[in-house]
Amino acid sequence: MTKVFEKPKALCDVPLHYCPGCTHGIIHRLVAEAIDELDILGKTVGVASVGCSVFSYNYFECDMQQAAHGRAPAVATGIKRVHPGNVVFTYQGDGDLAAIGTAEMVHAAARGEKITVIFVNNAIYGMTGGQMAPTTLLGQVTQTSPYGRNAENQGYPIKVCEMLSTLEGSAYIARVSVDSVKNIRNAKKAIKKAFETQIEGKGFSLVEVLSTCPTNWGLSPVESLDWLRANMMPFYPLGIYKEK
Amino acid sequence: MAKVFFKEDRCKGCELCTTVCPKGIVVMARDRINNKGFQPAQVIEQDKCIGCAFCAMICPDVVIEVEK
Amino acid sequence: MSEKVLMKGNEAVAEAAIQAGCRYFFGYPITPQNEIPEYMAKRMPKVNGVYLQAESEVAAINMVYGAAGAGARVMTSSSSPGISLKQEGISYLVGSDLPCVIVNMVRGGPGLGGIQPAQSDYFQAVKGGAHGDYYLVVLAPSSVQEAVDLTMEAFDIADMYRTPVIILGDGMLGQMMEPVQFHQYKGRNLPAKDWATTGTNNSRKRNIINSLFIDPQELENLNIERFNRYKQIQEKEVKFESVNCEDADVVLVAYGTTARVAKSAMSRARAEGLKVGLIRPITLWPFPVQVFQQVARTAKAFLAVEMSMGQMVEDVRLAVNGLKPVYFYGRTGGMVLTPMAIVEEIKKISGGEKND
Repeated sequence: MTKVFEKPKALCDVPLHYCPGCTHGIIHRLVAEAIDELDILGKTVGVASVGCSVFSYNYFECDMQQAAHGRAPAVATGIKRVHPGNVVFTYQGDGDLAAIGTAEMVHAAARGEKITVIFVNNAIYGMTGGQMAPTTLLGQVTQTSPYGRNAENQGYPIKVCEMLSTLEGSAYIARVSVDSVKNIRNAKKAIKKAFETQIEGKGFSLVEVLSTCPTNWGLSPVESLDWLRANMMPFYPLGIYKEK
Repeated sequence: MAKVFFKEDRCKGCELCTTVCPKGIVVMARDRINNKGFQPAQVIEQDKCIGCAFCAMICPDVVIEVEK
Repeated sequence: MSEKVLMKGNEAVAEAAIQAGCRYFFGYPITPQNEIPEYMAKRMPKVNGVYLQAESEVAAINMVYGAAGAGARVMTSSSSPGISLKQEGISYLVGSDLPCVIVNMVRGGPGLGGIQPAQSDYFQAVKGGAHGDYYLVVLAPSSVQEAVDLTMEAFDIADMYRTPVIILGDGMLGQMMEPVQFHQYKGRNLPAKDWATTGTNNSRKRNIINSLFIDPQELENLNIERFNRYKQIQEKEVKFESVNCEDADVVLVAYGTTARVAKSAMSRARAEGLKVGLIRPITLWPFPVQVFQQVARTAKAFLAVEMSMGQMVEDVRLAVNGLKPVYFYGRTGGMVLTPMAIVEEIKKISGGEKND
């Protein structure tokens, strides 16, 4: 009997602090699997952002840096410019990337910075207890949109992939999801492709991963997957938005 | 014949694995709790397992290893 | 390049950084320091270094964080409003014990302020403009040559104590041209950067650059350890200049370009028979406390002169500790002091009319 499935080497053998059913765990594993399969653990440097996944520096076996909220793409730029031969990735949530870190995100893409951004979109601020995020959907109830997000005074959710795909520097921009085994397989392919895009020096790569937040959505983990499919997927269509 | 191993103490009882098993043999244990206080997932009729690893793929906590 | 060359302050600082081995610079345009990023944009490619203009000073200081964490000698520069934007990044650099050099060519403030020289960022630099317990080594050159020498040494101090170091200049220092020599830089012997994120190369345990410590005891321990390093800096790295203090009644206290105006005032006052001396702090932190305690025994009064509404004067008062009166005279908003005006203030003190 041979092992067909086990913990990837690039993922530390420690319990994850994420809430039960939170799909951050799946995404961490996919990133680690991609690093293992591309055999780049020794030359990878990851940048953790601020949010639930801030502790990702405890979960990846490669060198890690923890960046100020929203600044991971800038920190990653600094690392990549010093070690262009390294593979540099950031792991960011929607608040980090599309709210406070919008400028860093857009300009890293515009520069065609050869880094890979793993962007986890769960339409809410998880770590701080469920506030409205830039990707919170219209009508979605959160701690800071208690009557449901309304465009009139809270504006519209941001479609990051569509936005970044208009930038020349973007070489690979894809949106995936981890709500089903099929989509998990596609997500892994996209993450691996993003890393390959970086390694081949084509430019900026980002994978937006639709993800759940059972605790702050107020749903069970299984219900959360249904909610994601029914509500997030229509507004955030999966697919490849840029591929050089 | 395939085999699945559950690191029970890593399981948080989220039940995602129970929704994807094509053979419907992944269920939550109702007779015990792990050191975190969760009722862990488990495989009942191990002989029916085809080693597809769907359960392992959707598990957020790397609880499941699969051999074939 | 060891012969004398005429150079603008901003460009001399940039060249000094390159000669000290800095190969990474992340900047953003803001008057009156633009020549630093401009010079770097020209020179870095020639020494296969990296110049990158970031989208903001916030992005720039975080690029510095990444590069410093990756083990490189790295610098950024800005002016007052831009330095305010960098404060959070500076606190992260301190919290992760990362070495780097930050240049502030101070301009009149607050707000958008002006573009003339000022010293009104003293508190921000010396007392900590960001969150948490920390100090930064702050070096204040008063000539283009000293700016060169201090910039070179700043990288060594940063690496030795794993801390950001600030070069606190001003618009005048940045814009004026003076002859300058770049001495063959013989640096200190420094510890290896085995903590840097260079990639494990599968041959070592991973390195983590981080300032998040949820366990308060762990965070306290780290603060205490850092403050032990600050004690060493206070013991070993103090720099100052003192002139004519032995027989001085009134001792001027000034740093940076203001100190040159104070020197002129001192010689004018001396010519009029007034016994005037000068203490010029070069390290604003660590502040040269001892020299004040010695001079306070003989001097009658101190007169701090600054291009601000009075900030360093508070540290002078702390150092003098009530032994003698400490007066202040300053211009702000970008106005530059004149020697004659300082002499008038000296006379008021000697004549006894000046009040605190």
